[in-house]
Amino acid sequence: MKRYKLPVILFLSSSLLFSCSQSNESSTEPAKKETAKESSQVDLNQISTDYRTFAIAEIDEFVKKTEEFANAVIAGDVEKAKKLYAPARMHYERSEPIAEAFAELDPKIDAREGDVPDAEWGGYHRIEKGLWVENTTKGYEKYAEQLIKDVKLLRAKVETVDVTPDLLITGAVDLLNEVSTSKVTGEEDRYSHTDLYDFVANVEGAEKIYELMSPALKEKDEALAKEIEQRFQAVYALLDKYKKGDGYISYTELTKDQVKELSQSINELAEPLSKLGVVLEG
Amino acid sequence: MSEPEKKETTSVFNKNVSRRDVLKAAGIGGVGVLIGASGIGGALALADVLPTSQKKENTNAVVPFYGKHQAGIATEVQNHIYFAAFDVTAEGRNELIQLFKEWTKAAAAMTEGKSVGDPANNKYLPPDDTGEAAGLNASNLTITFGVGPTLFTKNNKGRFGLQKKQPDELKELPKFPLDSLEEQWTGGDLCIQACSDDLQVAFHAVRNLARIARGKAVLRWAQAGFQRTKQASPKKETPRNLFGFKDGTVNPNVKNSAEMNQYVWVQPGDGPDWLVNGTYLVVRRIQMFIEVWDRTTLKEQENTFGRYRDSGAYLGQKNEFDPPDFEKKNENGEYYIPMTAHVRVAHGDGKQKILRRSYSYADGIDAKTGTFDAGLLFISFQRSISKQFIPIQKRLSQMDELNEYIVHRGSAVFACLPGVKKGGYIGETLFS
Repeated sequence: MKRYKLPVILFLSSSLLFSCSQSNESSTEPAKKETAKESSQVDLNQISTDYRTFAIAEIDEFVKKTEEFANAVIAGDVEKAKKLYAPARMHYERSEPIAEAFAELDPKIDAREGDVPDAEWGGYHRIEKGLWVENTTKGYEKYAEQLIKDVKLLRAKVETVDVTPDLLITGAVDLLNEVSTSKVTGEEDRYSHTDLYDFVANVEGAEKIYELMSPALKEKDEALAKEIEQRFQAVYALLDKYKKGDGYISYTELTKDQVKELSQSINELAEPLSKLGVVLEG
Repeated sequence: MSEPEKKETTSVFNKNVSRRDVLKAAGIGGVGVLIGASGIGGALALADVLPTSQKKENTNAVVPFYGKHQAGIATEVQNHIYFAAFDVTAEGRNELIQLFKEWTKAAAAMTEGKSVGDPANNKYLPPDDTGEAAGLNASNLTITFGVGPTLFTKNNKGRFGLQKKQPDELKELPKFPLDSLEEQWTGGDLCIQACSDDLQVAFHAVRNLARIARGKAVLRWAQAGFQRTKQASPKKETPRNLFGFKDGTVNPNVKNSAEMNQYVWVQPGDGPDWLVNGTYLVVRRIQMFIEVWDRTTLKEQENTFGRYRDSGAYLGQKNEFDPPDFEKKNENGEYYIPMTAHVRVAHGDGKQKILRRSYSYADGIDAKTGTFDAGLLFISFQRSISKQFIPIQKRLSQMDELNEYIVHRGSAVFACLPGVKKGGYIGETLFS
């Protein structure tokens, strides 16, 4: 589970982030922050606001696509549900730094088998198992109904997240770390083998953060920005090879060497990306 | 004396005290007094109290990085090795040069026991140095860089404009009989040999160099190795391999520069000038079937090696360093040292000598058989691979009795670049 700490030096106001219990408070505006120390002419607060807008839009889309997916499950349409599964998840994976911030919701939506006691296991991966292993939706309707409720709750709670520059900096690398520790091994979508969708979405999520930060970064370190951009291109060039129709090939079709190549290209991107923090240098 | 003060002073007596504790207890001015009063021998307490910079100068555990030759070849063998082979992913020559410059800088710092890059002072950045060697001395760390044949040409295509610089000597080894090489332990565009008396220090070196290389080169294979430590063998006796035998006794004398020039260092006229004062490195990952060996009789073991296990002496001789007598026969008219004994076959006509700097390895179990995956990370340095290593290995692979107990799983060759002066970078002769 992830916890984000606010930099005390940077922000004078406190955040609602630590206390999800307060998430039902009516405040939907992000807390006003003052930046005590800011090295760049670029407004980091504006970047945070822009990211928040992006992430909320992704989660809006996630709610919509999840409803379509869950309704297909409820309607007993296995083929339709299978088709909707991976693309719907991409919206969640893209906005993961925020979407995962809710310790009690993330497991309900995204736990894999064994992550939680079996009796509590629901969400996407439970339905995934039904669809791909048992080839059925029967008995999974209740998980689909619960999933709709959980993603709607997520949407409501997301309003309370206070996005800070250091959440973004950590989040960008975390997205890639997600890829290199669990996606690359094929553990995420172990029944559907649609891992490449999640993989791509995580990279896109990291890229979005980079895009927002890049003007500030370029002021500080042009060469680093260039390096990061090249590495993003290299990762996408590899991923493009595995495109199939609107989506991606099954993860099981990749050879060991191809997986290793992907893994190394992620590490090569994550290393310079981990230096995004230079924009916060005092 | 108040209670907390009493506690801290007690910890001084226990010799279990950090520098900060001493300062806390005494105030900086009072340190000397405190030490005097407590009666601890000066060495320990002073080492703790001295500033780090002075402490570094006082340790002799530093092998100079700069010089005519790279360290880690003729310098004293350390307790541990971490060896890594890399594939270069950089496309441009300049990127490659940049990598060597950064590696040189980092290696020079680490071999002095210093950390890589700048100290961490921006909490929003990952620290430059990975940190696990903080506070450790260099423990005689040496970092030796080499370039493999595939850096010059790969799939018949020249790389980095280096094609014409490839020495004739630097090519993949011929396949020897009984070789059972596995891709995962074979080849490499570059290599780093990090040796140290502390494995954590050696690993730290390779880890940081691999991190610096990210985006320019990726790890291809890596292997840690060990031998008996100097601590366990204060008299520095010849190390024993995992078969329990002393091996590698006959090496060129690293202190004799004429001998080193004859057998190890590349000389002007040998090949491309950029490698003068460098050398060729051969590395073989040799798995030992130690379970099989362990059920072999002592007599058979000794006949296999051609040495007595206990003393390390050649069969028919008394002491370890007595020269072998390959003609000597016992009362039955048999050679003391059998025709297929390892030492006899390796010796041949005695014309080829190589500088061996091997380590044992133990890498968990062989997943296929459930036996130990253990053996020898064989490393040798020589002036010519074709005139020294290859003839020896040809003989061994055909006749050596030891082949019943070993199999070669990995292999690579590298040209170890000449040493560099302060201000220069490893590889500058190759790229200029």
